[in-house]
Amino acid sequence: MGKTTTAAAMAMGLAQRGHRTAVVDFDVGLRNLDLIMGCERRVVYDFVNVINGEANLNQALIRDKRCDNLYVLPASQTRDKEALSVDGVGKVLEDLGKLHDYVVCDSPAGIEHGATMAMYFADDAVVVTNPEVSSVRDSDRMLGILASKSRRAENNAEPIREHLLLTRYVPERVARGEMLSVEDVQEILSLKLLGVVPDSQAVLNASNAGIPVILDQASDAGQAYSDMVSRYLGEELPVRFLEVGKKGLLSRFFGG
Amino acid sequence: MSLLDYFRGDGRNKGSASVARERLQILVAHDRAARDRPPYLPKLQQEILAVINKYVSVDMNAVSVNYEQEGSQEVLELNIVLPESGGRS
Repeated sequence: MGKTTTAAAMAMGLAQRGHRTAVVDFDVGLRNLDLIMGCERRVVYDFVNVINGEANLNQALIRDKRCDNLYVLPASQTRDKEALSVDGVGKVLEDLGKLHDYVVCDSPAGIEHGATMAMYFADDAVVVTNPEVSSVRDSDRMLGILASKSRRAENNAEPIREHLLLTRYVPERVARGEMLSVEDVQEILSLKLLGVVPDSQAVLNASNAGIPVILDQASDAGQAYSDMVSRYLGEELPVRFLEVGKKGLLSRFFGG
Repeated sequence: MSLLDYFRGDGRNKGSASVARERLQILVAHDRAARDRPPYLPKLQQEILAVINKYVSVDMNAVSVNYEQEGSQEVLELNIVLPESGGRS
Protein backbone atom coordinates (compact mmCIF):
# COMPACT_ATOMS: atom_id res chain seq x y z
CA MET A 1 0.00 0.00 0.00
CA GLY A 2 1.24 3.46 -0.84
CA LYS A 3 3.50 2.91 -3.82
CA THR A 4 1.59 5.05 -6.31
CA THR A 5 0.89 7.73 -3.68
CA THR A 6 4.59 7.76 -2.91
CA ALA A 7 5.68 7.85 -6.55
CA ALA A 8 3.35 10.78 -7.21
CA ALA A 9 4.48 12.64 -4.10
CA MET A 10 8.14 12.01 -4.69
CA ALA A 11 7.99 13.06 -8.34
CA MET A 12 6.09 16.22 -7.46
CA GLY A 13 8.51 16.98 -4.63
CA LEU A 14 11.55 16.61 -6.87
CA ALA A 15 9.94 18.73 -9.60
CA GLN A 16 8.97 21.44 -7.14
CA ARG A 17 12.59 21.72 -6.12
CA GLY A 18 13.46 22.54 -9.70
CA HIS A 19 14.50 19.12 -10.99
CA ARG A 20 13.15 18.02 -14.34
CA THR A 21 11.24 14.90 -13.38
CA ALA A 22 9.25 12.20 -15.14
CA VAL A 23 7.08 9.68 -13.36
CA VAL A 24 6.29 6.42 -15.16
CA ASP A 25 3.47 4.02 -14.38
CA PHE A 26 4.59 0.40 -14.74
CA ASP A 27 1.28 -1.11 -13.69
CA VAL A 28 0.15 -2.21 -17.13
CA GLY A 29 -3.50 -3.20 -17.10
CA LEU A 30 -4.21 -1.54 -13.77
CA ARG A 31 -2.98 1.96 -14.30
CA ASN A 32 -3.68 4.40 -11.52
CA LEU A 33 -0.88 6.90 -11.44
CA ASP A 34 -2.74 9.19 -13.85
CA LEU A 35 -5.67 9.16 -11.44
CA ILE A 36 -3.52 10.00 -8.41
CA MET A 37 -1.82 12.74 -10.44
CA GLY A 38 -5.19 14.07 -11.59
CA CYS A 39 -4.41 13.83 -15.32
CA GLU A 40 -6.54 10.81 -16.22
CA ARG A 41 -8.59 12.75 -18.74
CA ARG A 42 -5.54 13.93 -20.62
CA VAL A 43 -4.17 10.46 -21.41
CA VAL A 44 -3.94 9.96 -25.16
CA TYR A 45 -0.98 7.65 -25.65
CA ASP A 46 0.71 5.45 -23.10
CA PHE A 47 3.93 3.64 -22.22
CA VAL A 48 3.15 0.62 -24.40
CA ASN A 49 2.29 2.82 -27.39
CA VAL A 50 5.74 4.36 -27.10
CA ILE A 51 7.46 0.97 -26.81
CA ASN A 52 5.59 -0.27 -29.87
CA GLY A 53 6.44 2.84 -31.85
CA GLU A 54 2.79 3.89 -32.18
CA ALA A 55 3.55 7.23 -30.58
CA ASN A 56 6.69 9.09 -29.72
CA LEU A 57 7.66 9.91 -26.18
CA ASN A 58 6.67 13.57 -26.41
CA GLN A 59 3.18 12.63 -27.55
CA ALA A 60 2.69 10.30 -24.63
CA LEU A 61 4.18 12.44 -21.85
CA ILE A 62 1.62 14.55 -19.99
CA ARG A 63 2.90 17.79 -18.57
CA ASP A 64 1.67 18.47 -15.08
CA LYS A 65 -0.50 21.57 -14.84
CA ARG A 66 0.77 22.52 -11.40
CA CYS A 67 4.47 22.12 -11.99
CA ASP A 68 6.27 22.73 -15.27
CA ASN A 69 9.14 20.40 -14.45
CA LEU A 70 6.94 17.36 -14.08
CA TYR A 71 5.79 14.90 -16.72
CA VAL A 72 3.68 11.77 -16.39
CA LEU A 73 3.97 8.69 -18.59
CA PRO A 74 0.80 6.67 -18.07
CA ALA A 75 0.58 2.90 -18.28
CA SER A 76 -1.57 1.12 -20.76
CA GLN A 77 -5.00 0.12 -19.52
CA THR A 78 -5.71 -2.79 -21.78
CA ARG A 79 -2.72 -4.69 -23.04
CA ASP A 80 -1.03 -7.59 -21.40
CA LYS A 81 1.91 -7.17 -19.08
CA GLU A 82 4.40 -8.78 -21.41
CA ALA A 83 4.10 -5.71 -23.62
CA LEU A 84 6.87 -4.21 -21.51
CA SER A 85 9.93 -5.73 -23.15
CA VAL A 86 13.32 -5.28 -21.55
CA ASP A 87 14.70 -3.55 -24.64
CA GLY A 88 11.61 -1.38 -25.05
CA VAL A 89 11.59 -0.27 -21.43
CA GLY A 90 15.34 0.31 -21.52
CA LYS A 91 15.03 2.52 -24.58
CA VAL A 92 12.18 4.61 -23.13
CA LEU A 93 14.00 5.06 -19.82
CA GLU A 94 17.17 6.02 -21.62
CA ASP A 95 15.30 8.65 -23.65
CA LEU A 96 13.56 9.93 -20.51
CA GLY A 97 16.92 10.13 -18.78
CA LYS A 98 18.21 12.45 -21.47
CA LEU A 99 15.38 14.91 -20.90
CA HIS A 100 15.03 14.64 -17.14
CA ASP A 101 17.10 14.77 -13.98
CA TYR A 102 15.00 12.14 -12.26
CA VAL A 103 12.81 9.36 -13.58
CA VAL A 104 10.49 7.92 -10.93
CA CYS A 105 9.16 4.45 -11.75
CA ASP A 106 5.92 3.47 -10.05
CA SER A 107 6.09 -0.30 -9.63
CA PRO A 108 3.02 -2.50 -9.43
CA ALA A 109 2.57 -4.82 -6.47
CA GLY A 110 3.93 -8.31 -6.55
CA ILE A 111 7.02 -9.79 -8.13
CA GLU A 112 5.73 -10.24 -11.64
CA HIS A 113 6.85 -8.79 -14.90
CA GLY A 114 5.78 -5.17 -14.39
CA ALA A 115 7.55 -4.98 -11.04
CA THR A 116 10.74 -6.57 -12.31
CA MET A 117 10.76 -4.16 -15.25
CA ALA A 118 10.24 -1.17 -12.96
CA MET A 119 13.30 -2.06 -10.91
CA TYR A 120 15.55 -3.63 -13.53
CA PHE A 121 17.14 -0.37 -14.67
CA ALA A 122 16.98 1.40 -11.30
CA ASP A 123 19.78 3.31 -9.59
CA ASP A 124 17.81 3.88 -6.39
CA ALA A 125 14.93 1.91 -4.96
CA VAL A 126 12.42 3.14 -2.40
CA VAL A 127 10.81 0.17 -0.69
CA VAL A 128 7.39 1.26 0.52
CA THR A 129 6.34 -0.80 3.52
CA ASN A 130 3.46 -0.75 5.98
CA PRO A 131 4.06 -1.78 9.58
CA GLU A 132 2.29 -5.05 9.00
CA VAL A 133 3.72 -8.58 8.79
CA SER A 134 2.84 -9.44 5.20
CA SER A 135 4.02 -6.10 3.91
CA VAL A 136 7.37 -6.38 5.69
CA ARG A 137 7.88 -9.89 4.42
CA ASP A 138 7.03 -8.87 0.85
CA SER A 139 9.47 -5.99 1.13
CA ASP A 140 12.21 -8.36 2.15
CA ARG A 141 11.45 -10.50 -0.88
CA MET A 142 11.59 -7.43 -3.10
CA LEU A 143 14.99 -6.62 -1.61
CA GLY A 144 16.16 -10.06 -2.63
CA ILE A 145 15.02 -9.44 -6.19
CA LEU A 146 16.59 -5.99 -6.23
CA ALA A 147 19.87 -7.51 -5.19
CA SER A 148 19.87 -10.27 -7.78
CA LYS A 149 17.75 -9.44 -10.81
CA SER A 150 18.60 -5.88 -11.73
CA ARG A 151 20.80 -4.66 -14.53
CA ARG A 152 23.32 -3.48 -11.95
CA ALA A 153 23.42 -6.96 -10.42
CA GLU A 154 23.80 -8.61 -13.82
CA ASN A 155 26.65 -6.28 -14.78
CA ASN A 156 28.31 -6.65 -11.39
CA ALA A 157 27.98 -2.90 -11.00
CA GLU A 158 27.49 -1.06 -7.75
CA PRO A 159 24.23 -2.35 -6.28
CA ILE A 160 20.98 -0.38 -6.33
CA ARG A 161 20.77 2.03 -3.40
CA GLU A 162 17.89 0.83 -1.26
CA HIS A 163 15.77 3.08 0.93
CA LEU A 164 12.96 2.29 3.32
CA LEU A 165 9.78 4.32 3.45
CA LEU A 166 7.28 3.33 6.09
CA THR A 167 3.72 4.45 5.36
CA ARG A 168 0.40 4.21 7.19
CA TYR A 169 2.19 4.59 10.50
CA VAL A 170 -0.01 5.05 13.57
CA PRO A 171 2.09 6.23 16.54
CA GLU A 172 -0.77 5.65 19.00
CA ARG A 173 -0.97 2.00 18.06
CA VAL A 174 2.79 1.61 18.18
CA ALA A 175 2.78 3.10 21.68
CA ARG A 176 0.16 0.57 22.71
CA GLY A 177 2.27 -2.26 21.34
CA GLU A 178 -0.25 -3.07 18.65
CA MET A 179 1.80 -2.11 15.65
CA LEU A 180 5.38 -2.76 14.59
CA SER A 181 7.51 0.27 15.33
CA VAL A 182 9.77 1.98 12.85
CA GLU A 183 12.75 0.51 14.74
CA ASP A 184 11.29 -2.99 14.46
CA VAL A 185 10.82 -2.71 10.71
CA GLN A 186 14.22 -1.15 10.20
CA GLU A 187 15.87 -3.84 12.25
CA ILE A 188 14.16 -6.66 10.36
CA LEU A 189 14.88 -5.23 6.92
CA SER A 190 18.19 -3.54 7.85
CA LEU A 191 17.61 -0.68 5.46
CA LYS A 192 18.37 3.00 5.50
CA LEU A 193 15.25 4.89 6.57
CA LEU A 194 14.12 7.50 4.07
CA GLY A 195 10.99 8.50 5.92
CA VAL A 196 7.90 7.64 7.87
CA VAL A 197 4.50 8.77 6.62
CA PRO A 198 1.74 8.72 9.21
CA ASP A 199 -1.58 7.12 8.40
CA SER A 200 -3.55 10.17 7.42
CA GLN A 201 -6.91 11.22 6.08
CA ALA A 202 -4.97 13.66 3.90
CA VAL A 203 -3.74 10.78 1.71
CA LEU A 204 -7.29 9.72 0.90
CA ASN A 205 -8.40 13.32 0.38
CA ALA A 206 -5.51 13.87 -1.99
CA SER A 207 -6.19 10.78 -4.07
CA ASN A 208 -9.89 11.59 -4.14
CA ALA A 209 -9.05 14.95 -5.65
CA GLY A 210 -6.20 13.80 -7.90
CA ILE A 211 -3.65 15.97 -6.14
CA PRO A 212 -0.34 14.49 -4.97
CA VAL A 213 -0.51 14.63 -1.17
CA ILE A 214 2.83 16.43 -0.99
CA LEU A 215 1.02 19.55 -2.23
CA ASP A 216 -1.10 19.50 0.92
CA GLN A 217 1.56 21.07 3.09
CA ALA A 218 -0.90 21.68 5.91
CA SER A 219 -1.15 17.93 6.41
CA ASP A 220 1.18 15.63 8.33
CA ALA A 221 1.47 13.25 5.38
CA GLY A 222 2.31 16.10 3.01
CA GLN A 223 5.05 17.32 5.31
CA ALA A 224 6.36 13.81 5.84
CA TYR A 225 6.68 13.35 2.07
CA SER A 226 8.47 16.70 1.79
CA ASP A 227 10.94 15.54 4.42
CA MET A 228 11.42 12.32 2.54
CA VAL A 229 12.27 14.12 -0.69
CA SER A 230 14.71 16.38 1.16
CA ARG A 231 16.38 13.38 2.73
CA TYR A 232 16.59 11.66 -0.63
CA LEU A 233 18.38 14.76 -1.93
CA GLY A 234 20.88 14.52 0.88
CA GLU A 235 19.51 16.67 3.69
CA GLU A 236 19.69 15.36 7.22
CA LEU A 237 16.32 15.79 8.87
CA PRO A 238 14.88 14.28 12.03
CA VAL A 239 11.95 11.93 11.44
CA ARG A 240 8.72 13.61 12.45
CA PHE A 241 5.27 12.29 13.36
CA LEU A 242 6.58 9.34 15.34
CA GLU A 243 5.26 10.45 18.67
CA VAL A 244 1.81 10.38 20.12
CA GLY A 245 0.03 13.60 20.97
CA LYS A 246 2.24 16.15 19.31
CA LYS A 247 0.57 18.98 21.22
CA GLY A 248 0.28 17.62 24.74
CA LEU A 249 3.34 18.36 26.77
CA LEU A 250 2.12 16.11 29.54
CA SER A 251 1.45 13.17 27.31
CA ARG A 252 4.83 13.49 25.69
CA PHE A 253 6.36 13.54 29.14
CA PHE A 254 4.71 10.28 30.07
CA GLY A 255 4.84 8.71 26.65
CA GLY A 256 8.63 8.98 26.60
CA MET B 1 -5.22 10.97 23.79
CA SER B 2 -5.46 11.20 27.53
CA LEU B 3 -2.98 10.47 30.23
CA LEU B 4 -5.16 7.61 31.35
CA ASP B 5 -4.72 5.89 28.02
CA TYR B 6 -1.02 5.89 28.55
CA PHE B 7 -1.15 4.16 31.86
CA ARG B 8 -3.65 1.72 30.55
CA GLY B 9 -1.64 1.11 27.40
CA ASP B 10 1.66 0.64 29.13
CA GLY B 11 0.19 -1.53 31.83
CA ARG B 12 -1.34 -3.96 29.39
CA ASN B 13 0.68 -6.98 28.35
CA LYS B 14 3.04 -6.53 25.46
CA GLY B 15 0.50 -6.47 22.65
CA SER B 16 0.60 -8.13 19.28
CA ALA B 17 3.47 -6.11 17.85
CA SER B 18 6.09 -8.12 19.70
CA VAL B 19 4.59 -11.34 18.36
CA ALA B 20 4.70 -9.86 14.87
CA ARG B 21 8.32 -8.87 15.32
CA GLU B 22 9.38 -12.31 16.51
CA ARG B 23 7.54 -14.09 13.73
CA LEU B 24 9.00 -11.77 11.12
CA GLN B 25 12.55 -12.13 12.38
CA ILE B 26 12.37 -15.91 12.05
CA LEU B 27 10.58 -15.77 8.72
CA VAL B 28 12.89 -13.25 7.14
CA ALA B 29 15.99 -15.12 8.30
CA HIS B 30 14.55 -18.28 6.78
CA ASP B 31 13.63 -16.55 3.51
CA ARG B 32 17.08 -15.04 3.23
CA ALA B 33 18.83 -18.33 3.83
CA ALA B 34 16.76 -19.90 1.06
CA ARG B 35 17.44 -16.97 -1.24
CA ASP B 36 21.19 -17.06 -0.74
CA ARG B 37 21.39 -20.71 -1.58
CA PRO B 38 22.85 -21.27 -5.03
CA PRO B 39 20.16 -22.23 -7.55
CA TYR B 40 22.02 -25.33 -8.69
CA LEU B 41 21.59 -27.20 -5.39
CA PRO B 42 18.55 -29.33 -6.31
CA LYS B 43 20.16 -30.40 -9.57
CA LEU B 44 23.44 -31.12 -7.83
CA GLN B 45 21.60 -33.31 -5.37
CA GLN B 46 19.90 -35.24 -8.17
CA GLU B 47 23.11 -35.82 -10.07
CA ILE B 48 25.02 -36.96 -7.01
CA LEU B 49 22.19 -39.33 -6.28
CA ALA B 50 22.38 -40.69 -9.82
CA VAL B 51 26.13 -41.31 -9.48
CA ILE B 52 25.76 -43.05 -6.14
CA ASN B 53 22.97 -45.17 -7.51
CA LYS B 54 25.38 -46.60 -10.06
CA TYR B 55 27.19 -48.32 -7.22
CA VAL B 56 24.82 -48.52 -4.31
CA SER B 57 21.09 -48.26 -4.38
CA VAL B 58 19.92 -45.47 -2.16
CA ASP B 59 16.83 -43.34 -2.24
CA MET B 60 16.41 -39.59 -2.60
CA ASN B 61 16.35 -39.00 1.16
CA ALA B 62 19.78 -40.60 1.59
CA VAL B 63 21.49 -37.60 0.06
CA SER B 64 21.22 -34.26 1.75
CA VAL B 65 22.86 -31.14 0.44
CA ASN B 66 23.29 -28.21 2.77
CA TYR B 67 24.60 -24.81 2.03
CA GLU B 68 25.62 -22.30 4.64
CA GLN B 69 27.30 -18.99 4.61
CA GLU B 70 29.45 -17.96 7.54
CA GLY B 71 30.91 -14.55 6.96
CA SER B 72 32.93 -14.73 3.77
CA GLN B 73 33.04 -18.50 3.89
CA GLU B 74 30.63 -20.68 2.01
CA VAL B 75 30.17 -24.20 3.24
CA LEU B 76 28.67 -26.88 1.07
CA GLU B 77 27.82 -29.88 3.14
CA LEU B 78 27.04 -33.26 1.57
CA ASN B 79 25.64 -36.00 3.66
CA ILE B 80 25.13 -39.42 2.14
CA VAL B 81 23.69 -42.23 4.15
CA LEU B 82 24.72 -45.57 2.74
CA PRO B 83 22.66 -48.67 3.46
CA GLU B 84 24.14 -50.82 6.20
CA SER B 85 24.74 -53.84 4.03
CA GLY B 86 23.78 -55.18 0.66
CA GLY B 87 22.42 -53.02 -2.10
CA ARG B 88 25.71 -53.64 -3.88
CA SER B 89 25.43 -54.73 -7.43
